[in-house]
Amino acid sequence: MSGQNKREPNGNVGIVIVSHSPDVAKGTAEMVRQMVGEEVPLAFCGGNPDGGLGTSVEAILAAIDRAWSDAGVAILVDLGGAETNSEMAIEMQPEERAGKIVVCNAPIVEGAVIAATEASGGASLDTVRRTAEELSPA
Amino acid sequence: MDETKRRALIIAMAKSMTDHAEELTALDQAIGDGDHGLNMKRGFDAVQADKDVIAGKALPDALKALGTTLVMKVGGASGPLYGTLAMALGKELSADPSRADLARALRSAIVAVKARGKSESGQKTMLDVLEPVAAALETGADPVAAADAAAEATVPMKAIRGRASFLGDRSIGHMDPGARSSALLVAAISKALDTTA
Repeated sequence: MSGQNKREPNGNVGIVIVSHSPDVAKGTAEMVRQMVGEEVPLAFCGGNPDGGLGTSVEAILAAIDRAWSDAGVAILVDLGGAETNSEMAIEMQPEERAGKIVVCNAPIVEGAVIAATEASGGASLDTVRRTAEELSPA
Repeated sequence: MDETKRRALIIAMAKSMTDHAEELTALDQAIGDGDHGLNMKRGFDAVQADKDVIAGKALPDALKALGTTLVMKVGGASGPLYGTLAMALGKELSADPSRADLARALRSAIVAVKARGKSESGQKTMLDVLEPVAAALETGADPVAAADAAAEATVPMKAIRGRASFLGDRSIGHMDPGARSSALLVAAISKALDTTA
């Protein structure tokens, strides 16, 4: 296993899953773990600051921290507020990180699995994003 | 602008969002995801809880702090949108702005909100209220009347952005919740500025 290449898991692009629903976020992360294993840093968050449906910039910032990799982080989101809040969280990052985090325009479940699969092979952030976004309806 | 006035502004905005939370949520249930009133109330409750700290700062920093709190606490797309609006205003305004200063700052803030929401006027959003308010500030018209009329004018619009855009033609016939919350805030701010002048 370790002989195939020298990459540490932390050398792979990290994946963050942001859903309005804590259950969707958790379930999507479980699918990623089952299908891709432990090769990618992975974090998820869902729910507004009161724990209801919605998203929280504070929780997204914490998830980015947990999934941080020097190779970058790809964020998968569900509906509009998740995207806007994720973009806000990216802008609040320290300068050395901000350019290495992207929001993928892809369906959250399929996008997270395919992005993590790509990331587990050591693909660059750009490739991870492009592969996930190929799933989007034109 | 002194601390008393800044505090009065915060209290007026928070009260307005609390008083109208159910109405905003009902509007959002018609064409959105049904949480706008609760989200705005949660955000402004947090601002209200922190009002002494926020009001203790000069206007630019107070707006920045208010915007950051909204971003962190609202929990929907309106958090970053209203947060960006407040932060952009804070960046442009002096500690004691004139009406003309406010108009100029609002124009800059509108550009920031457009970028944040990837939206333009005419798409049935808060921008459809903010632009006429900026125009009213520039021409000497009543910004509150302009905001109310502009919110009303979103009723026949078809939504292009946000959750309401999924509904297509079915979004027609309902006032946009973000347009309504913007108009409510304009009224609350205007009244607080008058009564503490």
